[in-house]
Amino acid sequence: MTKPAMRGLTRRELLSRASATGASFLIGSGFIAASDAAWAAETTHLDPKVFATLVQMARDIYPHDRIPDENYVIAVKGYDSAENAEAITAGINALNAAAQGKGFASYLDMGWEKDRVEILRGMEESVFFQRIRGGLVTGLYNQKTVWPIFGYEGESFSKGGYIDRGFNDINWL
Amino acid sequence: MAAPFDMNDDSVVVIIGTGAGGGVLANELAQKGISVVALEAGGRYMPEDYINDEWESFGQLAWTDARTTSGDWRVADDFSGLPAWIVKAVGGTTTHWAGASLRFQEHEWKPATNYGEVQGANLLDWPIDGAEMAPWYDKAEKKLGVTRTNGWPGLPGNNNYKVLEAGAKALGYEEVHTGRMAIMSHEDGDRIMCQQTGFCFQGCKWGAKWSSAYTDIPEGEATGNLEVRDHAHVARILHDDEGKVTGVEYYDADGVLQLQKARVVCVAGNSIESPRLLLNSASSMFPDGLANSSGQVGRNYMRHLTGSVYGVFDKPVRMWRGTTMAGIVQDEARHDPERGFVGGYELETLSLGLPFMAAFLDPGGWGREFTTALDSYENMAGMWIVGEDMPQETNRVTLNHDVTDQFGLPVANVHYDDHPNDIAMRDHAYKQGMAIYDAVGATRVLPTPPYPSTHNLGTNRMSENPRDGVVNKHGQTHDIANLFISDGSQFTSGAAENPTLTIVALAIRQADFLSSEMSKGNL
Repeated sequence: MTKPAMRGLTRRELLSRASATGASFLIGSGFIAASDAAWAAETTHLDPKVFATLVQMARDIYPHDRIPDENYVIAVKGYDSAENAEAITAGINALNAAAQGKGFASYLDMGWEKDRVEILRGMEESVFFQRIRGGLVTGLYNQKTVWPIFGYEGESFSKGGYIDRGFNDINWL
Repeated sequence: MAAPFDMNDDSVVVIIGTGAGGGVLANELAQKGISVVALEAGGRYMPEDYINDEWESFGQLAWTDARTTSGDWRVADDFSGLPAWIVKAVGGTTTHWAGASLRFQEHEWKPATNYGEVQGANLLDWPIDGAEMAPWYDKAEKKLGVTRTNGWPGLPGNNNYKVLEAGAKALGYEEVHTGRMAIMSHEDGDRIMCQQTGFCFQGCKWGAKWSSAYTDIPEGEATGNLEVRDHAHVARILHDDEGKVTGVEYYDADGVLQLQKARVVCVAGNSIESPRLLLNSASSMFPDGLANSSGQVGRNYMRHLTGSVYGVFDKPVRMWRGTTMAGIVQDEARHDPERGFVGGYELETLSLGLPFMAAFLDPGGWGREFTTALDSYENMAGMWIVGEDMPQETNRVTLNHDVTDQFGLPVANVHYDDHPNDIAMRDHAYKQGMAIYDAVGATRVLPTPPYPSTHNLGTNRMSENPRDGVVNKHGQTHDIANLFISDGSQFTSGAAENPTLTIVALAIRQADFLSSEMSKGNL
């Protein structure tokens, strides 16, 4: 009947995501600027192509056309580690195998998002998919650099709140 | 004797928890000259410490010790280890609450009488009523600085409220206003006016919202009669051969087990931890846990049925600006079985920042249906549904002996199944909430599932007859005269209103009773 605290917003996940995100921020912006795949080549434990596929998968799970690749890279960069490499590679291999089953050379070779999403729907109950999806909820949306893309302003205390800055400025009602 | 108190001082009242119940009770007793030791599991944070960043703040304040869940409520699937969004800190969940301060409606004190037989519901009338509580509500409203009481003005409406108000009025709703809020709408003493900063859930950095952390607790400490020990996690309440409680064992900040003796023990650890503590205090004399001769400890867990509605518009709203709970529609709070359910619900504005919106809008959701909704975040308005859920004996907090916390104590399992009345009411509220936004031109509406519970109620309920509940009308346990329950777990029913004002009113009243019983030599 009872379920142990295995998924969702457990303390353990919260802390691990927070530290993964924090560490990723240290990499700094612009580290992928040189060329399209430069960031993938900078992987330390994952094969660059595996990492590139992981980044595409992240975008296909939470597609925001106005968010640049860089933020998706930061969101999944924590998986490029000794302890995660094996599980991530196995998951990406399964993704590629599913793509090959549909007649494509690999997941990255599928040009249309619709085809890739169909593959993801087929594996959405898997531990791998849920791990990547769950991690993105904080790993992607908790990056302060994506907030302005959504219009979100973050904290306002340092500016004195909105009492004189438009808390009631709606003009279209 | 003045604080700090000796571990062997058995003249003190020990209060477990420092939130709306425990924090207020501690101060009220201290003001009357009674020696109090308040034990708080969390740390101490003041407004300057609060963090206006949702995840960071969650890491700072939330109670994230292990818990488990079961039942058909969606929270058990979406957040299996996090049944409740409540706080572990001095001040408890009064740091996190939004500030809505509503009195119960008269009929809500007597749900068994007024709602009649509801199959599967364990309805019971409270042994108190509105007339009994009126003077205590008066004191509570004055203490909290509740707007629209005592001649204080309402708060100004923010953008999110203006959308709600326009839609509600277009539908013909009449009881629509910026709420009765424990948020200062005027300058007074140490609490400054609301600066419309948002982040009410993360602790008010202005101290404009009432929290016991920076009002009642320091006021009580200033008397010299109150000692607050933080990072003190209570493991067990002890008793003697006569069945009177004698003290509590707790783990201190270093994880060392301590024993504080007590004349009276008051439990105010919220509706999950309070029954857990009574159950974990089982002994050969009380094998089913303390104060549990009725078998009702842990049962009748209520959480308000809740749910949210977000509306997307073609122009910006920027709902996060200003007071989080900025206004209310009260027309549906009445009891009117014509709608297909008993009891009623309030609709209150709510906003989440982008990070929490991503986590709570449709937990587990992904793909473009999800992301296109978030893409319109700036153009969203939001409201929260707070409705009376049915007490059910099988909705309960039990000990999960398979999972232990950092001290090796069995954790609480929270089991909740929605009652058909809860589902009917939530469906009605979703429909009305969506109609409100449609009436002002929403291009998309999002009926959002319940979040982890912040209103946790009922697990040590108040009853006239000792057979039906755990405590009497003063929060004194039926079984043990010097053991009291001082939090929302003593609620006999949930009513439609946010519970804090009632918890505070009950705590002020309990302090009066305790002091009078102590001076009569009854305790």
